[in-house]
This record gives sequence, structure tokens and C-alpha cells, in this order.
Amino acid sequence: MSAKLSDSNINDLEVQASAEALLRGSTAPVKRNWAQYVRWLLLFAGGILMVMPLAYMMSTSFKFPFEVYNLNLVPEEPTLENYTYVLEDGRFLQWFFNSLIVATLTTVSSVFFDALVGYTLCKYRFPGRYVVFIAILSTLMIPTEMLVIPWYLMSQQFGWLDTTWGIMFPGLMTAFGVFLMKQFFETVPDDFIEAARIDGLNELEIWWSVAMPLVKPALAALAIFVFLGNWTAFIWPLIVTTSQDMYTLPVGLTTFSVEQAVEWELVMTGAAISVLPTLIVFLVFQRFIIRGVVMAGLKG
Amino acid sequence: MASLALKNLVKRYGKTEVLHGIDLEVEDGEFVVFVGPSGCGKSTTLRMIAGLEDVSAGEISIGDQVVNNLEPKQRNIAMVFQNYAIYPHMSVRKNIGFGLRTAKLSKAAKAERIVEVATLLGMEDYLDRKPNALSGGQRQRVAIGRALVRDPAVFLFDEPLSNLDAQLRTQMRLEIKKLHQRVGTTIVFVTHDQVEAMTMADRIVIMKDGYIQQVGTPAEAYHNPVNTFVAQFIGAPSMNMLPGVLDDQGLNLWNGVRVAWNLASSGPSHEVILGVRPEDLKPVAQSQAMLQGTISVVEPLGSETLLYVDIDGIEVIASGPGRHAPEPGSQIYLGAATDTLHLFDKESGVALK
Repeated sequence: MSAKLSDSNINDLEVQASAEALLRGSTAPVKRNWAQYVRWLLLFAGGILMVMPLAYMMSTSFKFPFEVYNLNLVPEEPTLENYTYVLEDGRFLQWFFNSLIVATLTTVSSVFFDALVGYTLCKYRFPGRYVVFIAILSTLMIPTEMLVIPWYLMSQQFGWLDTTWGIMFPGLMTAFGVFLMKQFFETVPDDFIEAARIDGLNELEIWWSVAMPLVKPALAALAIFVFLGNWTAFIWPLIVTTSQDMYTLPVGLTTFSVEQAVEWELVMTGAAISVLPTLIVFLVFQRFIIRGVVMAGLKG
Repeated sequence: MASLALKNLVKRYGKTEVLHGIDLEVEDGEFVVFVGPSGCGKSTTLRMIAGLEDVSAGEISIGDQVVNNLEPKQRNIAMVFQNYAIYPHMSVRKNIGFGLRTAKLSKAAKAERIVEVATLLGMEDYLDRKPNALSGGQRQRVAIGRALVRDPAVFLFDEPLSNLDAQLRTQMRLEIKKLHQRVGTTIVFVTHDQVEAMTMADRIVIMKDGYIQQVGTPAEAYHNPVNTFVAQFIGAPSMNMLPGVLDDQGLNLWNGVRVAWNLASSGPSHEVILGVRPEDLKPVAQSQAMLQGTISVVEPLGSETLLYVDIDGIEVIASGPGRHAPEPGSQIYLGAATDTLHLFDKESGVALK
């Protein structure tokens, strides 16, 4: 027992000592030249540039209207009134909900189908494979602004205007996702697939229970991209929706700024709340990305 | 367990034919090793047996059934891959049990079978580990376990040991051989390592450029190679190949040395190659010498010493004693017993003896 205690004491002492050494700064000679300082400076400037709009968004959401045009970061009289107003306004919750439905469903659908098509294009040899792949890739060259017109005409013909389905359908599958997944499936060795084939799985089972778990990081990355893309989508939801009930959050937020004057404190409050889901999605999926692909089943 | 038969098996990729009619019968419970250099078609043959490659022509039968058009899973075979192909996201238990997914067994029976196989391979303590927490040899054992668990008719091994280090390879070689003795399943094993082939096989199939060169027991392949390719491929270091001419007097080597030979050319003299294995070529007294040369390099191996001897422009390898080996630069007289010599036709490479 006493031996154990003294062991832990020694450990504590060692930890303390190393912490103190860290605080003092390392005594080891570290070469710090001017290029490194310049690099830090640039990174710092970049960091500020990225964080400032977010900081102002947060700060403005806690301000009273009279203080909005005052550029101080800390509100003189902080208030939660904006949040109460926005959250009690039924429309905001409706838009939030609409956005959540659209972004979630498109993410699930897109990840599923992109992975399915990417896998097929990667692992099967069939006539026309290359043509199909090029055709899918070439759609990446057409900007959304141009696609909006045919999408609109299509929605009109099918009666999808001002419906959730109408907002979602262009995003149910993405060419970028197909490309990304195809490239990632290239890293899955054929041996895995052949082994599963010999073990008696059918092709769909092989895809789902062997190939998919091996590309989890790519699936996570794709999920984040698609979710963010659809959560912040503006032009298409603006065009396809007409009634306020069908608005998504980005479209809805603009109504705070068109009625009389721009109510920046409300816009910023809405924006601050709308950042939450994207943060959650990122936090959930980032561990898959950071962990990276572990190909431990193969001799590396 | 089942026998396996390949009849006139042909594989074409587009217009390129890579297998030119392979005929082979593997008996029930036999351990057959396909060996040959890269690109000889051994892995392609194995993959065709597994059903991973289409058959361009010919027939594959497992047991009494022609399996040409059967899916891999319907052939009742199991395969172990070179890089193991065990799934990194599954535990050892799940990996081994993967082969049982489609089996008609109760959950308890499956679990029991997994433990049974793991115990057989000495992996019962690692069942809940993930592959990245296993060593190379253990991963290979898991891959073998996954194949073993289904009790297949034929086991296929595609160079399973080539990713392991030398010591582990020797150990796994022994383990696979023991396993075969215990379970008695028919095994087809592919390797490019002739030592693996020699040590494990009941019969060796030596392949080159899509043709079978020789089928036989390791001893047959070693002592009676049918051509120069087999003679040089089997055995390490390789058989010495000495050019010469066979005439009505007997054998006349490239440097003018005459070798007593019971076979003489009946027709006009023709060019031949005399093959002699390094271990059969030994230092002898001058009176008994067949060849004379200068030692260029000495490689002591402990039990014996390899002598690289320059004989009139050709380097041959001879085997000297482990102790008191001669020095490099010294003259040496070499001789070999007549019954250890091999004679091949130079043009076709076919054995004449």
C-alpha cells in the first residue's frame, strides 16, 4: 500500500515538474527564425478574419436595437430579449424545423446514393462505366444558378412548387459525393470484397457490411458537406417556396430584414441559433474524420 | 472434403491467353502447392477455382460437380488471401464468424464453432480484439480461422505467408501443415517460394508462362526435374548448368573436359546442358576430379560452406565442408557422383536422362 502511495506521489511530482518546465518554457534550443514568426502572424490574422464575423453575430444577438450600430464586441446592456422574441415567434421554429427536415433527409439520401453509385463505378467493370462516370462528373461544371431554371420548370410540371419535396429533390444525390466516394472506395482493397464474396454475401451486403464501414471517414466528411450545404442553401429554397410556412431558415431570416427596416439584432439572433445544428453535426462526425482510415485488416 | 479436377483450363484476357490448357487432378485430402515465378498463372488458376475469375475454356470440378458457372459461395471453398483481408472494423470473433453468416446453424452452435476454431489456432484469448491489436502472424491465423470455420470442401491459399517475416513464415508453414494433418481438407496452396512448396506439399505443380511444367512429389521434382526450368527453380542455391556436346564418344563439356556418360548420341552430335546440384558437387582429390577452378567467394553456412568457383569462364557453386573450408583464390578440384548428374537437351531444355 505504502509502496503504491509513494509511486503515485512520485508520479505526481514528475507531472508537476514537467508542467513547471512547460510554464517556464523549454530550455532545449529551439530555432525560431523570422519566417516562423511571419507564418504565425499570417495564421493569427487569418484566424481573426474568420472569427470576427461570428463574434459580431454573437455579440449583436445580445444587444438592444439602439446599440446595434455601436461596434463594441461586449454589449453595454446585454439582453436575452432577442432570443425570447425569435423563439416565441412561431415562424422561426417552423423554419428551423423545415431546414432540419430538408438538411437531414438530403444528407441521408445523398450519403446513401452517392456511396452506392460511387461503389458501383469503382468496383464493377461494365460497358459504359467510364461514360457514366464522366457524365456524372460533368454536371459539376454547371453552376446552380443555371440549374435553377430547369429545376423550377420541373417542379412546376410535377406540382412540387412550395413543397418540402420540391426544396429537397435537387440535393438528394450529388455528383461531388459520387466522385468523392468513388475515390475513397479505390482505397478499399479488392481482397476484402472477394473474401466476402467467398464467404457467401451478396453484392449489396458486401457493400453495406464490408465496404461501407471501411470508408466511414469519407462518409462523415460527405455528411458534413451535404448537411452544411443544405442547411445554408438560399437561392433554390427562396425560388421554390412561396408561403412563409414552407420557408427554410436562411430564407426566413431575410424576412426580418425586409418588412420595415433591417432588424439586425433579430437576424443575428436567428443566425446564431441556426449555427447550432451545424456545430452539432460537425462535432458528431469529426471524430471519424480525425481518426482517419485504419486499414489494420491488411498488411500495410 | 472433396477432390478437385481441372480439365484443359484456359484463361484469356481479351486476346491474350494467360493459361494454356491446365490439366490437373487433386485427390481428396491432398495438399497441392502451385509454385512458379510471378506471372506464371498460378494465382489466376487459384482464382478461377475460387470463382473469382471467369473460365474462358475448360472445366473445373469439385467433387463430382462441374462448378464453372457456380458463384464462389456455392462452390463450398474457402480462401486465405495474401494480405489476410480480415475486416479491420470487426473483432476476431466476428471475423471468424463472418464465414458462418449464411450457415444454417443456431446462434449457440455458431458461437461454439467460433470458439472451437479459435482454440484450434491458439487464438481463443484474442476473440474480442480488433485486428489492429494483433501481430502479423495472429492476423494470418484469424484469416485461416475464417476459412476453417465453414468446414469447406477445398481450402485455397493465395501466397498467405509472403507478408510475414522469415521466422514467422517458417512457424506458420509448420502450423498449416499440422492443421492439414488434423483436418484433412483438400488444400491448394499458391506460392512463389520453392522452399514453402517443397516443405508443405504432397505434390508440387510447377508452372511457367501459363503452362504446367511438372507435377510430382517434392522429391520427384527435386531429383528428377523434367526440364532445365524445373531443375533451376527447385532447390536453393540453383542447379549448376554446364554447357556441353553429346557425341558418339559421350559427353564433352564446354572447356574440353570429357565426362564418362552411359548415353552417347546415336545421330550427329548435339548440344546439351549438364546439370549438377551444388550439394552434389564436392571438393575431391585431383585424381578423381571432374572439374578444376579457382574459388572466388566463400559463403559459410555453418553446416556446410558454399564455394563459388570460377571454371573456365563459368561460375559454379559447390558445397564444401562446414569446417576447414578452402580460402578464396585457391585452386580446387571438384567431382560429383555420376548418378547425381542431370542431362538436358540445350534447345528444348527437356531432360535426357
